[in-house]
Amino acid sequence: MNSKTKLLYGILVLIALLLPFQDFIYLVFAMKVLCFALFACAFNLLLGFTGLLSFGHAAFFGTAAYITAYFCKEVGLSPELGIILGVVGSGILGYLIGSLAIRRQGIYFAMVTLALSQMVYFLAVQLPYTGGEDGIQGVPRGMLFGLIDLKDDVAMYYFVLVVFLFGFALIMRAVHSPFGQVLKAIRENEPRAISLGYDVDRFKLMSFVISAALSGLAGSMKSLVFQLATLTDVHWHMSGEVVLMTLLGGMGTILGPVVGAGIVVGLQNYLANIGSWSTIATGFIFVICVLAFRRGVVGEIAAYYKNKN
Amino acid sequence: MFELLGITPQGLVAQLLVGLINGSFYAILSLGLAIIFGLLNIINFAHGAQYTMGAFIAWIGLTQISQWLGFPELAINYWFALIVVPLVLAGFGLILERTMLRRLYHLDHLYGLLLTFGLALIIEGMFRHWYGISGESYPAPELLQGAIPLDSIGIILPIYRVWVVVISLTVCFSTWYVIERTKLGAYLRAGTENPKLLQAFGINVPLMISLAYAYGVGLAGFAGVLAAPIFQVNPLMGSNLIIVVFAVVVIGGMGSIMGAILTGLGLGLIEGLTKVFYPQASGVVIFVIMAIVLLIRPAGLFGREK
Repeated sequence: MNSKTKLLYGILVLIALLLPFQDFIYLVFAMKVLCFALFACAFNLLLGFTGLLSFGHAAFFGTAAYITAYFCKEVGLSPELGIILGVVGSGILGYLIGSLAIRRQGIYFAMVTLALSQMVYFLAVQLPYTGGEDGIQGVPRGMLFGLIDLKDDVAMYYFVLVVFLFGFALIMRAVHSPFGQVLKAIRENEPRAISLGYDVDRFKLMSFVISAALSGLAGSMKSLVFQLATLTDVHWHMSGEVVLMTLLGGMGTILGPVVGAGIVVGLQNYLANIGSWSTIATGFIFVICVLAFRRGVVGEIAAYYKNKN
Repeated sequence: MFELLGITPQGLVAQLLVGLINGSFYAILSLGLAIIFGLLNIINFAHGAQYTMGAFIAWIGLTQISQWLGFPELAINYWFALIVVPLVLAGFGLILERTMLRRLYHLDHLYGLLLTFGLALIIEGMFRHWYGISGESYPAPELLQGAIPLDSIGIILPIYRVWVVVISLTVCFSTWYVIERTKLGAYLRAGTENPKLLQAFGINVPLMISLAYAYGVGLAGFAGVLAAPIFQVNPLMGSNLIIVVFAVVVIGGMGSIMGAILTGLGLGLIEGLTKVFYPQASGVVIFVIMAIVLLIRPAGLFGREK
């Protein structure tokens, strides 16, 4: 990482830290962006750096949201324990779905993950713990470590920010580690990675599980922020949204998913009052991105600077 | 034996018929997906939305268009819709292929999936915007209303449902015949194997690819018209179906046309049987079968790894 990039990250973190001291951006909105940014970053680890398109990531996001909501509300666990259980749950689910899905490549991989996540959706509709159509509402945010009252939006915001930075740093570390290099090798040329002696399936599965667990972390945080876990979180539209955030921001870039999440969440907030237009707009952005804007926002900016130098 | 399990033979036959109908839809849709995938190497995510479009255009033709144009007697009836709607959708498919999909062939296959996903969202969103999600009913044509009583086993067979099974199987097997037994089909199969070589022999491969996509989309529209009198015509009818069809495609593998048809029918029947014996699992049984097939035979029942 060169000094310019370091400076950029420093400024971004500073802005994030100062966000509660202004009135233009609602903190709940900022928290939503951070949750989805973490979700998209986790997804990008799989799509951008391993080359696997999962169309079922809502399963992990939603499962963790349900687990955290259930244990915090019905069992009365503290928020940190609820989050840990959510992450572990989605990690295990990631292992199960991942070990089935990596048996097929390319398009089939996308279809398998989509179908298995639809199965999770059906379970969420039918199981007695999830509250069916209503979901789990009124989840208490609770006292973090028994000390910090998360009912206060500012405290909650800083907690979400810390968790996001933790997840972001973990993904960045993974991408720049030897492990991440192997993932990139698989993305670029899988037969060659195999011929070099790498156990490709094991690396793919590890990447899948990490991505699932971090998506779960995002889902758990989301269920605490909004005090709500519903069927929307496990629906395939959610899987599509995270694909869109990553694609729009720039897949395979570190900051892309964060930018993409900001744009998509902002757009949805803006269009939320006009019913179906949000779906239609999402569809149009997909089409435009695929046809004319495949590198995404951050990818285009990076390419521009590369050309200039 | 039936009494022991708490199941009546009437219930069993009724659910098997429902299974057969769902199976026919799975068969038509997975057949279309297989043809498209064979030549374009694209999974058409918009297939479900195009099926919805078929049902909606049929419904609009029957009930709305007369009001729009101010001629109350003008209505496109079922029989006419059965021919016109697939053609309209084939035309729509042709335009999509020529203007959008064609630009993606040199890229990773995933972009085709993402583009058609976006198209599916647009189509679904527009119908939802115009007609809401409550659903519209489409009456079966007069000729096919009513039911045949089968006194020997004590059930009645609705004529329309029998018709749907018969006509969809006819369409499926004629498609199979054309692809496997005629010269045109031979070109198509050759295009799936090696498009460059086929083009070198003087066959217009780009045109063939366009027509293959148009035919697949047309099939989806045809299924939509057939489905309109059975299910409520609503914007979400296709997206709920298409995910199951994806699972069917994974189970069958897309290498074989007959495989797609048989897997579709078979899974429909299995789903129907599950509704009799263990109704709670009927929503997930196909996904469970998919998981088992992936464990035992990752390439799918009729598939080969490409």
